[in-house]
This record gives sequence, C-alpha cells and structure tokens, in this order.
Amino acid sequence: MAVGMVCTGLRAEEKMLAAAFSARDVELHVVDDRTIHGDLGSWPEALPRVDAVLLRSKSHWRNVVIAHWLETLGGRPVNASRVIETCGDKVLTTLALLKEDVPTLSASVAFATPSGDKAAEAIGYPLVVKPVIGSWGRLIGKVNDRDALDLALDHKAALGGAAHTVTYLQRFVETGGRDIRAFVVDGRCIAAIARTSEGWKTNTALGAAATGLELDPDLVNVSEAAAMAVGGGMVAVDLFETDDGYLVNEVNATMEFRNSVETTGVDIPGLIADYLIGCAGAGIT
Amino acid sequence: MSVAVVMECPVCAGAVDTPDDVMLGELLDCDECGSELEVTQLTPIELREAPMCAEDWGE
Repeated sequence: MAVGMVCTGLRAEEKMLAAAFSARDVELHVVDDRTIHGDLGSWPEALPRVDAVLLRSKSHWRNVVIAHWLETLGGRPVNASRVIETCGDKVLTTLALLKEDVPTLSASVAFATPSGDKAAEAIGYPLVVKPVIGSWGRLIGKVNDRDALDLALDHKAALGGAAHTVTYLQRFVETGGRDIRAFVVDGRCIAAIARTSEGWKTNTALGAAATGLELDPDLVNVSEAAAMAVGGGMVAVDLFETDDGYLVNEVNATMEFRNSVETTGVDIPGLIADYLIGCAGAGIT
Repeated sequence: MSVAVVMECPVCAGAVDTPDDVMLGELLDCDECGSELEVTQLTPIELREAPMCAEDWGE
C-alpha cells in the first residue's frame, strides 16, 4: 500500500503525520503542492499514483482543485471534494448544517452595502462579519453598531476580489473567550479541546490556549452530526457552549492539531493515518 | 540520518536551530525575527523565507 500527502511545506502536523505513517510501515509520498501540475485529463505530474491522498495544502483552492482532479480520475483524496468545498466556504457550511438540522449560529448573507445594513438589523448588534473564504481568524470582525458595520463593508469593498462580494454576517455569542474544538474522524468524535483567549477570538493561530476536554454525549452528538452534514471524512468542529446547548460555529476540513495531542492524550495523527489507510484499502473517500 | 545544524536565518542572519530529524520542506520559525522559514535542501541544509500567507490559506 502507498499513500500520498499533499502539503504546502511541512508544518508540525504534517511531520507528525509522516511519523505516524512510518510507524505503520506504510509507503508515504510527500508532495509539495507547488510542484503539482499537469493536464487535467491525466494524473497530476509529481504525484505518484497511490491508493489514497491526504490533502493538507494550506490553500483551500488548491485542495478543492486537487480533490476534484483526483476524484475525476478515480483517485481517492481525503478529504473528499465535497467536504473540502463545504467546510472552506462559510456560507456552504451554514447551509449544510441547516439542511441537516445541526444546531448552529444564525447567519445571513448580503451582496451589497444597503442589504448588509438590513441583514445586520435583522440579526442585531453586536454581530460578527467574516470572509466567506479564510481561516485563522483573519479579517473576522466584531461589529457593535451601524457605524462599525459601514466601516467593515467599506473595507471589504476596498479589498476587492470575488470572495468579498459576499458578506457573511453571524450572530455574536458571548463566550467569555472560550470555545470548543471537537475532532471527528470517520464519523466518530475522537477528542476535544477547550480554547481560551483573553479576547473574543479563540483561534490557537492567534495565541489562544488549548486544554484537553472530556467528551460528553451532547458534544459527541452535535460534533458527529456536523461532520456528517458536511460530508463525513475527518474534520475539526468548532462549537460554542450556550444556554441553548452546543452551537456549531465552523467546521474545518484541514484540521490543525499540534496543540491537541498532548493536551488530550489522543493520538490524533495516528487515527488520521489509520483512517487514510482504511480509505486506501477499502476504496472509500 | 540528518544531524542537528545551526543555520543562519536568511531574513535577519540570526541563529536557527534545525532539528536532528529535519525534513525537506519543513517549516521552521526564526526565534530572533519571527520569520517562517522553509527547508529547501537537506544536504547541505538550505533555508529560505516561506511564502506569505494567502487569502485562502487556513484550516
């Protein structure tokens, strides 16, 4: 059996995954996404024809393109294109969660400044404006009033680009600088951490602290339902604890876990490797 | 088997420790200037500044 891992340089996560595959005596081909090219009717050059390919590119669009490319040619990308596309787009994520009745934060979209004002009034202030595509807490803004919203919308217009033509507005939830991240692999919640921050953003990329969290039935149920709603595979589900129970905030298809292995005591890279090996053997994505 | 080597940061010329199991493509941080560096060659080790974060990068 041989598997591939496409990435943009090797972060701590990819290095841990490489060690996990090595420990399982699986032939691993690590391919930098910047070397991939080729005719779309043929298997990508630079990527050996392997049994399954773990997509770990930092770039959402590269993961989307490679996943579709491999699927069209009978390959087995993990995650599958549907999972990557859905998780990488906050509008699609919200719609997928709503479709399956997974508890999530209310969110709206608007395509122009006047309609953005109306959408915000419907949600109520404070609210959060997020880019449809993006991660690590970048360009996410808490909007406390109409003046701040106008500024956020002006900035989006000034930034330009197709993705900023859609404004995604989400209800703000006061969490005391804490949220939950649950890791779901192959339909099963395997671990969870609490992320705490002095500010309202809880991205570990911005310095939030991670602590291991004991799984409870509600957390397991909601996180597994969220994973199923976006297409399965392996994802990291971000949730808020509210008076209404757990609400899903976002779902991530290229999960980062460097701060979650020691804190949870769960061999997350090992379980990811096992899942990929299972996909490679069974022909499942 | 690679051996740990102290390299010079291509951005600030500070000292960058490479791990003894360093891998091609590995991303390292310079403790002195904070730059993210990429291992572009193993024998001998070469470092260059990693690409800047793009709009669609993330999880």
